[in-house]
Formats: sequence, C-alpha cells, structure tokens
Amino acid sequence: MSTTLDRPRASADGTAAPARARRARGPTWRRAIRRDWQLYSLAVVPLLFFVVFRYVPMLGNVIAFRRFRPGGSIFGEYWVGLRYVKMFLADPTFWHVFTNTLVIGTLTLVFTFPLPIALALLLNEVRTRAVKRFVQSVSYLPHFLSIVIVAAMVMQLLSVDGSVNQLVRAAGGEAIPFLQRPEWFRSIYVSSEVWQTVGWGTILYLAALTTIDENLYEAARIDGANRWRQTWHVTLPGIRPTMVTLLILNIGTFMTVGFEKILLLYNPLTYPTADVISTYLFRMGFESSSFSYAAAIGLFEALIGVTLILTANAISRRTVGTSLW
Amino acid sequence: MTVERDSTTRADRLLRAARPRGITPTRGYRVFQGVNAVILTAVVVVTLYPFVNIVARSFSDQTEIIAGRVNLWPRGFNLTAYRLVMSDPMFWTNYRNTVVYTVVATAIAMVLTVCYAYVLSKPHVRGRPVLVGMAVVTMVFPPGLIPQYVLVTSLGLKNTIWAIVLPGAINVFNLLVMKSFFESLPVELEEAAAVDGLNTYGVLLRIVLPLSKAMVATMVLFYAVSFWNSWFTAFLYIDRLDLFPVTVYLRNLIAGATGAGNMGGTSDAVQSAATLQAVTIVLTVLPILFVYPFIQRYFVSGVMLGAVKG
Repeated sequence: MSTTLDRPRASADGTAAPARARRARGPTWRRAIRRDWQLYSLAVVPLLFFVVFRYVPMLGNVIAFRRFRPGGSIFGEYWVGLRYVKMFLADPTFWHVFTNTLVIGTLTLVFTFPLPIALALLLNEVRTRAVKRFVQSVSYLPHFLSIVIVAAMVMQLLSVDGSVNQLVRAAGGEAIPFLQRPEWFRSIYVSSEVWQTVGWGTILYLAALTTIDENLYEAARIDGANRWRQTWHVTLPGIRPTMVTLLILNIGTFMTVGFEKILLLYNPLTYPTADVISTYLFRMGFESSSFSYAAAIGLFEALIGVTLILTANAISRRTVGTSLW
Repeated sequence: MTVERDSTTRADRLLRAARPRGITPTRGYRVFQGVNAVILTAVVVVTLYPFVNIVARSFSDQTEIIAGRVNLWPRGFNLTAYRLVMSDPMFWTNYRNTVVYTVVATAIAMVLTVCYAYVLSKPHVRGRPVLVGMAVVTMVFPPGLIPQYVLVTSLGLKNTIWAIVLPGAINVFNLLVMKSFFESLPVELEEAAAVDGLNTYGVLLRIVLPLSKAMVATMVLFYAVSFWNSWFTAFLYIDRLDLFPVTVYLRNLIAGATGAGNMGGTSDAVQSAATLQAVTIVLTVLPILFVYPFIQRYFVSGVMLGAVKG
C-alpha cells in the first residue's frame, strides 16, 4: 500500500535514486520498487500472461485426480484419488500407445539426430561458396512450412496415383495405399520428419564448425593424420558441445513426438502403429470427453518428459561436462 | 605431353594453396568429393521434388492424375481447379483470417516479449532470478493440453480470435534471445538518455528499440511464421467455418483423404479432391516461398543468437 503511495514521488525525482540506493544498507523490496517501478510495470502484463496461460493450466492438471464436470470449475469438483491413474495403468490400449510412442520416439531420435551432423560435415567440405549457400538455402526451406502442408504433400506423394506409386508400378509392383498400411506408417513418419528437419538442423553445427581452430588441423596434419582422421579427431570433438546440447533437447521432446503430424497423417487403419500417447489422450479428451482421464495421461507423459530431460542433462554434465543449465 | 602434365601439377599446387586444410588431394579425397557432390545433389532434388510435383498436379487434368502420370510436369494443362478454389468465398475468408490472426498475434507477442525481455535484461532489478525462472519453468513443464483447453473454454474464448492469439503470446525461446540481445547493448547510451530526462519507457522506445531494429525484425519473423503456419489451436478452439485460418481449411480438405474412404482407390470425390488439395497447397505455400529468400538469413542469425545464450 505504501509503495503505491510512494510512486508519484519516485517518478518525480527519479534521478536522485542512485544517491538513495547508496545510503541504503542492501536494497529492500520497497526501495527496489520505488526505484524501478517503471521497469516492473512493464513486467505486469507478461507476468499476467504466464500466470493465466501457463501456471493456471499447470495447476489445472489436478483434474487428473478430481472429478471434472464440463462447464464446472476448471479445477474439478471433488477428489477421486488415483482413480484415473489406475484406470489408464489397467488400460491395454494405453500400454499399446505407450509402446508405439517409444518406438516412434526412438526411430525419430536415431535418424533426426545424426543426419544433420552428417549433412553439416558434408556441406563443410564443399569448396565453392555459392554451391554451399544454395544447398543450405534449399535444405532449410521445409522448416518454414506448416505441418498441414507437409502432411498434405506426403498424402499427395503417397496416394495411389502419386509419384511413389508410379515408381512402384515402374518396378513392376502393385500400387500400395501407403497411408492405409500400418506397416508403412513409421517409415513415412520418420522420413517426412527427416525431410523437414535435416537442413535446419545443420545451422548450429555449421556455426560450430567455423569456430574450430585451424591450428588443430595443422597440428594433426604434421602428426600425419589424413582427412578422415582429422575429421574424427579434430572436427567431431570440436562440435561435441553442440551435439550434446541438441541431443539433450531431442531427448526432452522424445515423448511428445510429432503429435500434430501424426494427428494429420494417421487414421483408424494405421492406429496399430501410429497411435501414440498424445494422440490417444487427444481422442480421449475431445472425442470421448473423458477430460480427467486424458489429463491423467497427459500428466504422466509430461512427468516422463521432465524426467528424461533432467536425467539426460545430469548425465551429460557428469560425463562430458556440457549441460543446458 | 610433358607440358600438359606440368600444367596439371601447377594447378594442383595452386589448389593446395587455396585449400585451407590443404594436404595433397589424394585419390581417396577426389572420390570423396565426387560422392559428396552426388549426395548433396540428391538432398536438393529430394527436398525440392515435392514442391515441383504439387505444382505439376495443381495444373494437371483430373484424368491424368488418376492415371498416375503426373510427376515433374503438368499433363493436360488446365486451370479448372484454380478457378474452383479461388471462386470459393470461404477460401478467401479463411485466408484473410490467417492474415488477421498473424498480424494481431505477432503484434501482441512482440509487445509482451520486448517488455518482459527488457526487464529481464537489467541486472540490477530485484527479483530478476524469480522473473527469469517464471518463464523458464514453463519451458520444462508444459501446461498440458487438456487443462489448457479447459481454461480457454472457461474463459469464454472459444470461437474468438483471442483463443488463437493469447495462449501463445510469449515464446520463451524468443524471450531469452531478445533478453540476451538487450544485455549486449551498451549501457552508457541508456544512462546518458536517462540523465537527459527520459524515463524508462522513453529509453526503451527511443533508444533501445531503434538500436535493436535487426533483432526486432528477426523476432517479428519468428512469430509471424509460426502463427501463419499454426493450425492446431484454431482446430481446437474454433468451430465456425468462417473463423478458420487457411491451414484448417486445408486440413479439412485433406482430412477425408486418409480415411478408409479411398481404400481401394478411385472414387471420384476423393480424386477430384486431389487436384483441389494440390491447388490449395500451392496457394497456401506461395506467400512463404515468396518471402523465403528474404527472411531466411534473419532466421539463421536468430537461431545462432539463441544458441549462444540458450
């Protein structure tokens, strides 16, 4: 209350603030606010945003343990304990989509993590700058597309009359309705993911590559290292911090997989391989209106995600000394 | 003969001098360069092919597409599908919505991001670690789809532009990039301006922002592209056709195509949808392709800045 009263005065002689701060024995909140109230005022609306659209929904996760009535309180009506958690733990479909998530997450990591490194190393060997620039520009392009457009392109290419099936026919095969076949879904998903991310993923590696000290190469050459050994012993260790950072980030998004893309590309026929935790909880929430049940699954997924990223971070700090924070 | 050999060795010597990591290009290295060229060409072709194919399909005749004969070049060139899509008033309504949503969302996001980043960039602000933490925590603990939906619905934002614009108003990654940029600005200028009688708002508007033009432009692009491309929030919170952005228009067009409907393949409805899809894709992607060459380098520099601090 007193701070609000102090405000006009503080603004009137704002230039005297440093002198007052010097007199103070360690700044107190009151002094800080009196001195910086204009700065704090800039933070009010953003803080409101964080509280309303991030922290309230974070607390809203309690509906995983409470009975929820649509139109009722967003925090639910009364406690039901671990009822919904027990429900999904006993739900065979949940374990099925859990396995699918692990498989798709692993495949995505295995391909989308190393491929940008490989592409960056190859680009780094290109001597003609214009060519390098051109390849880079082209490879970044898919990153700028909406997922809807990517999904639509995938459908066009893989349709019965699409280019891929023309190749299949040319090779003497029968046209395959790829998107209706569960055994094809993972390959389709991972390749489209690679198509969209590989070029953009090279940016940080290419930047890291330019920071490697030329003298190291010089020294390696004097020691008789050929180019392959130079790459192995100088280049790769040089970009290791970048690799570790991106690996941790990739592991952090391991569980969420490409939810939006799967939602666009899958259909009941491909559920056996395509359905993942996030799409399952989406259907539970929005098609079956089991909000509490879906929230319980979402909370479980988020907890795994947080655990993964914290673990990966801790391991990398111990072993290679690089960490996100 | 000898002259020729001489000249090649001279060329080699020149090459060696020009190459920063120059050791004698062994045969193995030359083979590698060849293989590398092939791989990179393949990367370019594979990246561009879907675009070329979609354009070819969009200009092609229905029957040629069904017969599976359209690849690089339109066959049975015609503009029927373009006329069809462009005469659909809903397409233009949705396109206009995308523009409006992008502009409003980007404007709000920029104001909030700049304000908060500026506060966070001042080391003397008391409680700064808490303010930074408030933002960073949301990166590690995402709010959750269901509670977010419940909240937006209970606030009565469904079927309004605010449901699309507000929940994504601050991207923490962008916020941190902006913050580290503000931190890199020289303090002396701001101090001088303060001595000249400018208050905090004046300093931010008249000194800091003009100094950050390139960075602000990068941030605007980051936000604008992500809002332009977004579909899921609209898909979740909007039920009215005339409020959809164009991405949801396209989504609804393709939604039927994966269904069991076209299983054995060639029902007329699905097939005619194929050309319409191609046209809609082309028309949606066009603005991005058009500005892409100009905005690309801003994006790259933005990512680097983020990584330095990140």
